[in-house]
Amino acid sequence: MRQMLNTLFVTTESAYLSLENENVVVSDGDKAVAKVPLRSIESILCFSYKGASPALLGKCCEFGVSVSFYSPRGRYLCSILGESNRNVLLRRKQFVLADDASACSSIAASFVIGKIYNSRWVLERATRDHALQVNVERLKRQSSILASALKEIKNCDNAESVRGIEGQAAKTYFYAFDDLILNNKDDFYFERRTRRPPQDRMNALLSFVYVLLSGDCKAALQGVGLDPYVGFLHADRPGRASLSLDLVEELRPALADRFAISLVNTKAISPNQFEVRENGGVYLNDAGRKVVLAAWQKRRNEQITHPFLREKIPWGMVPYVQALLLARYIRGDIDAYPPFFWK
Amino acid sequence: MMMVVVAYDVNTEEPAGRRRLRLVAKACMKFGQRVQNSIFECLISTSDLLILRQQLLDIIDDSKDSLRFYNMGAKYSGKIEQYGVERHLPADSVMII
Repeated sequence: MRQMLNTLFVTTESAYLSLENENVVVSDGDKAVAKVPLRSIESILCFSYKGASPALLGKCCEFGVSVSFYSPRGRYLCSILGESNRNVLLRRKQFVLADDASACSSIAASFVIGKIYNSRWVLERATRDHALQVNVERLKRQSSILASALKEIKNCDNAESVRGIEGQAAKTYFYAFDDLILNNKDDFYFERRTRRPPQDRMNALLSFVYVLLSGDCKAALQGVGLDPYVGFLHADRPGRASLSLDLVEELRPALADRFAISLVNTKAISPNQFEVRENGGVYLNDAGRKVVLAAWQKRRNEQITHPFLREKIPWGMVPYVQALLLARYIRGDIDAYPPFFWK
Repeated sequence: MMMVVVAYDVNTEEPAGRRRLRLVAKACMKFGQRVQNSIFECLISTSDLLILRQQLLDIIDDSKDSLRFYNMGAKYSGKIEQYGVERHLPADSVMII
């Protein structure tokens, strides 16, 4: 199994990354702020606008360090990964499956089953852990609707109706989402999902966390040799990493939503760590992004037992393990893709 | 992955020694972070440790220099205490710059 190494986050807007003696050097102005050996990290997430030197990017590819660039506000720009994992046979197989309607719908159904199951668990967990604080009746009702959606999806034989059920389930889930927020209700509330731009703090937080999660998923898929742009649940569209969006779906409730909720409920993030911009969009500010990134990295290191492998792994490895299982399925080593069922 | 502390003492009385000192530091830089002038903390794999050790042994002069490796194992974080100025990013905590 692969080792999980540390991630280097660069949030200083004016930082420039360069290479020196197999180290990544982060410099701000003329001053070198940090030097980190490339061997000791597995990815670099760069939120500065100055970017990185080509020499560094080349070396990162050699060492298998993935580098992702984001705008200082957290919008994803691009990422770079080396040539070490270009398994053309696997990818050819993936394309063949993606063209096959019945294979597509069965894989898409797996992703959606994972998503609905995990969403349901998020709601159920809230009723169990905070029975006195939440609207148990509403949560239970939404949860039972999700349970019936799970049954419904088993009889689905085309991707179109799988997508329909997925959309419906997402609505059902988000309808009860506000109940999960237990603290700072005046500042953190959830009516509906808004994006581009997010209209309130909770949506801003969710959007930012989703960006982090999809970055992880994309790197994981690329790392096992799959093409993140050819998906099963999401249709192909130029420039859209459909397969990583597919993978994000099942991990969203357990990894991202619960993470965002716990940041709010433990008061790790405070209302003044957000800013409103001219277009009415709400975004995390510099301090807020730092809090989220630090907590994200900490969460990634927490251990869980993977339900399918029955092995102890850090949370941060989950996207990688799922990508690996997907590759195994596509290659024909296992009969079906086992989605991640969080418990 | 394990934590290995590399400490060295290179005799710099003559130019050749100063050259060795630079080369030792440079080799260590590739594998770990400099925590004090001649002390590096390297979070590395067993195979990388072999590479590092060989590189350093090729550089130093047995009759004049000294080289020590302290292997702290995988669970090292409780074994290190830090006071005063810190000049590196701790390898086991969140790296945000």
